[in-house]
Amino acid sequence: MTLTKRIIPCLDVANGRVVKGLHFESIKDAGDPVLLAEKYSREGADELVFLDITASQEQRETIRSLVSKVAQVIDIPFTVGGGVKTLQHARDILLCGADKVAINTGAVKNPEIITELMNLFGKQCVVVAIDAKRNYDSAKGKNVFSDGSKKFWFEVFIYGGKKETGMDAIEWAKKVQRLGAGEILLTSIDKDGTKDGYDIILTKAIVETVSTPVIASGGCGEPLHMLDVFKKTDVDAALAASIFHYETHSVDRVKEYLKENNVDVRL
Amino acid sequence: MTVAIFDYGAGNIFSLKVALEKQGATVDIIKTFDEANNYSGLLLPGVGNFDPAVQSMRKSSKTTFQEYVKDKIPVLGICLGMEMFFEKSEEGKERGLSVMKGEVVILPNKFKIPHMGWNNLKLRKSNPLMDGIPDSSWVYFVHSYRVKPKNDDIIVADSDYGITVPAIVNSGTLYGTQFHPEKSGKVGSLMIQNFLRECKK
Repeated sequence: MTLTKRIIPCLDVANGRVVKGLHFESIKDAGDPVLLAEKYSREGADELVFLDITASQEQRETIRSLVSKVAQVIDIPFTVGGGVKTLQHARDILLCGADKVAINTGAVKNPEIITELMNLFGKQCVVVAIDAKRNYDSAKGKNVFSDGSKKFWFEVFIYGGKKETGMDAIEWAKKVQRLGAGEILLTSIDKDGTKDGYDIILTKAIVETVSTPVIASGGCGEPLHMLDVFKKTDVDAALAASIFHYETHSVDRVKEYLKENNVDVRL
Repeated sequence: MTVAIFDYGAGNIFSLKVALEKQGATVDIIKTFDEANNYSGLLLPGVGNFDPAVQSMRKSSKTTFQEYVKDKIPVLGICLGMEMFFEKSEEGKERGLSVMKGEVVILPNKFKIPHMGWNNLKLRKSNPLMDGIPDSSWVYFVHSYRVKPKNDDIIVADSDYGITVPAIVNSGTLYGTQFHPEKSGKVGSLMIQNFLRECKK
């Protein structure tokens, strides 16, 4: 089994610009999506994720044109998400040049859309994004974890991390796999934007629960964090945004570093 | 030079179109085999499901695939497009295009399915599609099925996913790749360039 670990830069897009926030909030500008996409593709990114974080009805046309512009400058797989709620919307995105569609809130509200998407486009097109956050409150019937003395469970959040659902992320992951998800994009809300590493407990738990590929997201501040998540879990891919956007690290340098540390990557 | 992509109506053919255009080809999207074929090559893209894709060809056209290509123009079948070359698939009930002997079977479930990501090619023999591409090059796969040709001789390259996955097949003017050249970075672009060179001949 010689599949490489994938390194995936993520473009969070609002009003046509790449932005970066902390814990899903306090957003700042990070550049032009088309230029960044082209640069990452050239530097050897294994895939690209593009999330429309405004995801409003009015923005949809802008997003469509942006997706096709990005698709024209890259030659690697490309996932688009943000506000996808209907089959028609998913189809629009795929026809604009995306290879996969990521659904989050849309899937929680209407889980059948996962199966419908799979039937129409094939499993490989369907990425279910799960935003999870540690919940330290009552945990009846939940999968409980501990970090030192504190016990918690992982709760699924929707609407860009703004609304809790009461759903256990582990159970939700099992369900989306059963419904036909081809991949899970797993983001830790606790870690997102902190730059202090991926949520290893969350990532490990989900990877050990499902057999679909999992992308770890949220918290990557340096190449060491990628190494860490690959060494401590069997995750398939690591996603990062800010470490690449601000030229702190280039994709190729990060991959060379991983290779030096015996992680199998494509160089 | 103009080539055609057959659109089953199922998904992203934009990337393939762009990849061909980057190598200098003019690209038409076709939805039937009933119109005159003045193309230098044909591409069967790699998105969709077996039955709907095969049906989209049969329902839209009186002319069959075989009649349309007449063993003359090169055809590149990508992923599902290559699977359709064979006689049948475990993904559906429809008969395949049956231009290659053998069947399409699901990957064993002891592996993660789909087989998705970058894997390397193990070259079995030289082939025009592989001109200038070193053995062990990385290409991007995303599929849940693999082909089992009756005759192994048509296999140009394999990939190792715990089991051997035929990655490139070639018989006459028909070329198939289980991976997506249009998504495989520089290596993929080179392969598309090689295919277009065959179309020019």
